[in-house]
Amino acid sequence: MNYTFQFGDVFAAWPLLLKGTWTTIELSFMAMVLGLGVAVLCAWGKTAGPRPLRFAINAYIELIRNTPFLVQLFFFFFALPALGLRWTPHTAALTAMVVNLGAYATEIIRAGIESIPKGQIEAGLALNLKRWEIFRFVIIKPALRAIYPALTSQFILLMLSSAVVSVISADDLTSVAANLQSQTFRSFEIYIVVAAIYLALSLAFSAFFKLVFNATLNYPDRK
Amino acid sequence: MRTFGFAEFLFILEAAKWTLALSAIAFAGGAVGGLLVALGRVSPVAWLRGVATAFVQVFQGTPLLLQLFLIFFGAPVLGLDINPWVAAGAALVLNSSAFLGEIWRGCIQAIPRGQWEAAEALNLSYVSRMRDVVLPQAWKIAVPPTVGFMVQIIKGTSLAAIIGFTEITRAGQIINNATFQPLIVFGVVAAIYFVLCWPLSLLAARMERRLASALSR
Repeated sequence: MNYTFQFGDVFAAWPLLLKGTWTTIELSFMAMVLGLGVAVLCAWGKTAGPRPLRFAINAYIELIRNTPFLVQLFFFFFALPALGLRWTPHTAALTAMVVNLGAYATEIIRAGIESIPKGQIEAGLALNLKRWEIFRFVIIKPALRAIYPALTSQFILLMLSSAVVSVISADDLTSVAANLQSQTFRSFEIYIVVAAIYLALSLAFSAFFKLVFNATLNYPDRK
Repeated sequence: MRTFGFAEFLFILEAAKWTLALSAIAFAGGAVGGLLVALGRVSPVAWLRGVATAFVQVFQGTPLLLQLFLIFFGAPVLGLDINPWVAAGAALVLNSSAFLGEIWRGCIQAIPRGQWEAAEALNLSYVSRMRDVVLPQAWKIAVPPTVGFMVQIIKGTSLAAIIGFTEITRAGQIINNATFQPLIVFGVVAAIYFVLCWPLSLLAARMERRLASALSR
C-alpha cells in the first residue's frame, strides 16, 4: 500500500461538516418527538380503540417493520409527489423517519403500558382517582422506566439510519460527505471522519439519555 | 416511454434472488463472526473482551451505510480490487457479526452461573464447557431473536442499491427511471420485501411466545 492520507481537504470543510452534523441531530430530534407522538396515539388506539382502528394500526406497524427504510424513503420522496404532493427532500426525509419510528415505538410503548400490573390501576380506581390521574400518577413513570432502554436504543438506531436520507440529498451529514467526496476525491478520508462523527453522536446520545434517566426516572424500587 | 407491465414486474422479482443471496452470505458470515464476538465478550481474557467490545461499539455506533462506503471506497485505496458484491457482502457480514454477537452474548449470560461453576468443578476444558454445557442451553433462547434479526439483514441489503448492486431496490430504481411510475414501482418493491420479511417476523414472534410460556412453566 502506497497511499498518502490527506485529511487537509476534509478538515478545511469543517463548517460544512458541522452544519451537516447539526442537520442530522435536528432531523433525529424532530423525528423522535413527532414519532413518539404518533406512537403514543397508536398505542392508545391499539389497546383501547375500536376493531377497524386496531386493524389499521396493526397493518401500519407490520408494513413499516417488514420493509426497508430506504424503500419507505423512496416511496415518500418519489411516489407521493406523483400524486401531486410537493415537498422538499428535508420534509420527505423527516416524514419517512417519523412514520418509521412511529411503528417501532408503538410496539415498545404498548409493552410498557401492559407491564403495569392490573392491581395498581384498580388500586387507583379504588382511591377514586380520575382516568387521567391514574395515567399521570400510576402508569406513566413505571411504564416509561420499563421501556426506557428499548426506546432510547430505538432512537439511536433511528439517528444512525438517518444516514440513508442522503440518497435524496436531504442536506444531512452523509449528504455533506457525498458532496465533499465529489469535489475533493478524498472519499476514504471523508468517510472515516464522518463515521467517527456518527460514533461520537451515538455515544453522546446515549450519555444524554442516561442523564435524562437519572434526572427524571431514577428512583429506588423494591425488587 | 415504457409503462409498467408484467415484464417490468418480472425484472424486479428476479432481482429478489440477489437480495436473498446477499442475505444468505450476510447471515452465514454474521453467524460465524457473531459467535466469535459473543465468545470474545464473555471471555476470561481481558484483552479479548476489549477487542470484542470495541468491535461492537464501532459497528453498532456507526451507520451501516457508512460502513458500506468505507469498504467500497476504502478498499481501492488499500490496493484491493473490489466490486459491489464483495463490498456489500463484507459490510453486511461485519455489521451482522456485531449485532448477532450482542444478541448471543445476552443469551450466553442468561445461563445460570451455577452451570458454569458445575462445568468448572467437573474440570471440563474451556472448549468442552462451552460446547457441551453453555452453548446448547444458550442456543435454545437464542433462536427467536436470531430469526427476528434475519428480517433486519434482509432489509439491510437494500442499502447495497446505493453502491450499484442490483437487488430489489436497485431494480426498482432502474424500472422507475424508465417508466416514471414511482407509485406502482415502489409499491411492488415494498410488497416483495414484505412477502420476504413478514413470514420471518411472524415465525420469530411465535417462537418467542412459545419460549416464554415454556420458561414460565
